[in-house]
Amino acid sequence: MKVSGTIVLASVLASLLLAVGIILRPLLATEIPSAERRSGYTFMGPETRAMQDDDTSNPGMLGVLDGEALWNRKAGSAEKSCADCHDDARHSMKGVAARYPAYDKTLGRPVNLEQRINLCRARHQNAAPLPYEKHDLLALTTFVAEQSRGMAITPDTSAELDPFVAKGRDFFMHRQGQLNLACTNCHDDNWDKHLAGSAVTQAIPNGYPIYRLEWQSLGSLQRRLRNCITGMRAQNFDLGAPELVELELYLMSRAHGMPIETPAVRP
Amino acid sequence: MTAALINVPKKAKSGDVIEIKTLMSHVMETGYRRTTSGGVVPRDIITSFTCRFNGEEIFRADLFPATAANPFISFFTVATKSGKFDFEWIGDNGFSESASASITVE
Amino acid sequence: MAAAIRTVVGGATVQTGKVKLDIPPLVENGNSVPMTVSVASPMTANDYVKSIHVFNEKNPQPNLGNFYLGPRAGRAQVSTRVRLADSQKITAIAHFSDGSFWSVTAEVVVTLAACTEEVI
Repeated sequence: MKVSGTIVLASVLASLLLAVGIILRPLLATEIPSAERRSGYTFMGPETRAMQDDDTSNPGMLGVLDGEALWNRKAGSAEKSCADCHDDARHSMKGVAARYPAYDKTLGRPVNLEQRINLCRARHQNAAPLPYEKHDLLALTTFVAEQSRGMAITPDTSAELDPFVAKGRDFFMHRQGQLNLACTNCHDDNWDKHLAGSAVTQAIPNGYPIYRLEWQSLGSLQRRLRNCITGMRAQNFDLGAPELVELELYLMSRAHGMPIETPAVRP
Repeated sequence: MTAALINVPKKAKSGDVIEIKTLMSHVMETGYRRTTSGGVVPRDIITSFTCRFNGEEIFRADLFPATAANPFISFFTVATKSGKFDFEWIGDNGFSESASASITVE
Repeated sequence: MAAAIRTVVGGATVQTGKVKLDIPPLVENGNSVPMTVSVASPMTANDYVKSIHVFNEKNPQPNLGNFYLGPRAGRAQVSTRVRLADSQKITAIAHFSDGSFWSVTAEVVVTLAACTEEVI
């Protein structure tokens, strides 16, 4: 009687703690305290920062201008442009990138900005999806995200997203690959150090799509994540994979409050 | 497709030294890279950039494979009178792009 | 690099001075290195910089850029972004209207990015 009572008590306590854990999403021991959060911008040298600061010298802005042209171009058999429904992006898209990835009710899972654009194309323009990492989707995504420049990242906190954020966090926290590294080992525990001459940084994705000097072109967060996973010598995912979206979701929720810098320049 | 971003002050006083910044969209393929199968990716670069003011050349640059992708070039000129700047980029494979910007000089 | 420089200056002596090369000593990424060359010159009709030529040591090619100015330039300063394949010396040479050549040399350290990427 006493033993089973203890077990019942223990399991009640455990489920209480679990419930509290999920609802409150407590600051995990290794998460970077808010006061120490820094954008990748602050890790760069003055010349690279100057490249980002000036709109006429930021190569990412070329993508924004292309994206604006695409925004106004009619597409698909419905012969509609983004502008036909969404009007001036400066108003309609303001704040959007700051809360993506977001939950899509029809699919029952989170989608990132690129996927949202393709869903719009399929559902409202009757247009084929734009291929990932090719110029058109990058330009359009950069244009939409740039409308949130300067705004704080405010992740979607609907309860439906909780299990997906948790999956993203699990991926970030567990050791994997030939090097047996977890993302947290570098980006939570060693962000103030260097890896072979490059600053480690805190993995705050507040400027995507970025113009990366290494790529000499615009690129999405998923490209960067696949980059990292290859660097860790771990099993990679295809562009658009739900695991990558979950990781994006966790990273953006971890970066809440940081200002959007799209199109950022990064080394 | 946007080709270029130009920054020219809209107004200036006669005698002012003004800075002109240009950014052109171009991959600047060096001709030294190789594909995964070992073949060389052929060179495709902008070779020359010229700026004329009211038809007269005021600045010219020779570009090379060593120029980074999406070439950024900034230079100075003295504002003398109102007029139009014409920018021209010429390169491999018949690449030819132009842009212009006007300035009012008091 | 020496041969490329000779093509520009011929047999003339190149003196050190008057030219300033702004380039980060440790570049963040060799694919795009911001570089500014400025030359001390009054830039008048009689005393001006005709052209600026920039060279490098270790890229497959010795040239980084040639820039042609004139008295209308107002200031002998150009900025661009270059690719540097390795840690090396960069030399900028200015050709003055009086025929003289002046130069400056800077040493730059170039490292590779820390993580590799699969070809997309």
